[in-house]
Amino acid sequence: MSDEPKIERAEREREPLWREEVSIFAADERYVGRRQFAKFLVLASLGMFVGNLWLLAKSRFRKPAARLPAVPVARLAELPVGGVKLFNYPGPEDHCLLVRYAEDSWAAYSQKCTHLSCAVFYRAESRQLVCPCHHGYFAVEDGRVLQGPPPRPLPRVRLERRGDLLVAVGWEPQGDEASPA
Amino acid sequence: MSAGDEPRTRGPLYPLRRRELTAIDGALALLAVLLVVQIWLLTAALEAFLGGHRGVALPAAVVSGLLFAACCGLFLFIRGLDRASQRARAAR
Repeated sequence: MSDEPKIERAEREREPLWREEVSIFAADERYVGRRQFAKFLVLASLGMFVGNLWLLAKSRFRKPAARLPAVPVARLAELPVGGVKLFNYPGPEDHCLLVRYAEDSWAAYSQKCTHLSCAVFYRAESRQLVCPCHHGYFAVEDGRVLQGPPPRPLPRVRLERRGDLLVAVGWEPQGDEASPA
Repeated sequence: MSAGDEPRTRGPLYPLRRRELTAIDGALALLAVLLVVQIWLLTAALEAFLGGHRGVALPAAVVSGLLFAACCGLFLFIRGLDRASQRARAAR
């Protein structure tokens, strides 16, 4: 084995630091060294920390929810037991569904599945709200997840009965807000 | 190949730079693991936040800050090793 590679290595080791850091070869620009990779990992870690701080700020300094309008949804006379009525609340793009699952029981939910926002539908025979995309199942009584990938219950519309009329007046609180203080 | 021809990976004859690189690789692997934990933590905290559980945000931020501090410590360790190696090479 000749001494040439050893000599070359010794020559290279004698090079100044800037020659190691800044290469004149275009191919070297695509090479990611350990130092660069470590910097990237630390910056990504900083990004995750900032994300958590943002969540903390959002949870501490959130604005009080705006009062939503009261919107008549359906007359009880027109909704049989097991019947469903689709409506939009509070905006025209917010699709919801009202289900009358017993003679004196009804509930309204956002139609967006909490997994990937597919539209859920009511299956009367099992009294479940079903997301057909990934087979998520929700209880019709309170919107909790029974099975499948959805991570959260369906957002529930607060309803008021005014005579024969069911009126949507806002959203039911979820999570910590739902528990008494 | 006799036992004497095998590359040395331990002991005083093992080149200094090689040992440093092993330490740096280990630190990089640990950095990657810490980052994965942080990504999972952010995802879980976001999921809880969207579900209305706002009390999770504070402990998640504290733990994420500790993980970030650990990442910074590992980065400083890598930089220190690298500089020590460069100084040793310059002295030779």
